[in-house]
Amino acid sequence: MTHAAELPAWAALSVAVLLLFGAGLALVGAVGLLRFGSFYERVHAPTLATTFGIGCVLVASMLFFSLVQSRFILHEVLIAVLVVITTPVTLMLLTRAALYRDRIEGREAVPPPPRSRR
Amino acid sequence: MRRVLPHPLIALFLLGAWLLLVESVSPGAVLLGGVLAAGGSWALASLAPPRARLRRLALAPGLLCDVLVEVLRSNYAVARIILSSTKGGARRSGFVRIRLDMRAPYGLAALACILTTTPGTVWVDYDSAEGTMLLHVLDLVDEAEWVRIVKERWERRLMEIFE
Repeated sequence: MTHAAELPAWAALSVAVLLLFGAGLALVGAVGLLRFGSFYERVHAPTLATTFGIGCVLVASMLFFSLVQSRFILHEVLIAVLVVITTPVTLMLLTRAALYRDRIEGREAVPPPPRSRR
Repeated sequence: MRRVLPHPLIALFLLGAWLLLVESVSPGAVLLGGVLAAGGSWALASLAPPRARLRRLALAPGLLCDVLVEVLRSNYAVARIILSSTKGGARRSGFVRIRLDMRAPYGLAALACILTTTPGTVWVDYDSAEGTMLLHVLDLVDEAEWVRIVKERWERRLMEIFE
């Protein structure tokens, strides 16, 4: 971060605000993970960090490095695309695994499987 | 065309990703990226996935915008729930089973990604025999409302694109 001091004030300010906001959302997601009661509720909490939270951090990163190196830095777009494609898959796998186990063990109030699979 | 490049869209995406990674559009980068993209699309063809039929791709950008707006809104809603909830409280979360009319596999995959990416809803299960999906909603007020949202806001438009 040796070049950070050369940034104009408006850029430094907006990068800082975006970073803090993104990090704040990730923190709120973590708090949710702690406060929610059941597994199915907890699954919802990290999506804050993986959508708008990471979006803010990536925009901040693009802005900062584009200004410091005075050319467009765009590979953060790739991170965003990959995160958006891969996190739902992980969350769905986790939820389905939990549902499968709860159905087998008969715990919690989970909906029964559809008639065709009973 | 199909024999030379089995999945042109995937190949284009791979080439774009490669150019973004190396951050250059020099002839060398484009050539190497093109070879990699073609290789990727051949590798995918050898897996023989079901073919996607994109009927009206022009609708996709509008849909993407709506997803973005919806993600922003639910970010706010879920953050408020997390910060304000006193252990349990009046909020009720639960499952909703929704009957879908869409059968296109990629349309269903897109719907699953949209619903799971949006904070507050997670796509849990899909039953292809009955054509029903199971959705978990963090703040479940009215089940009929969710059925309406999923069917009208997302499913109808995805069907226009994929079927």
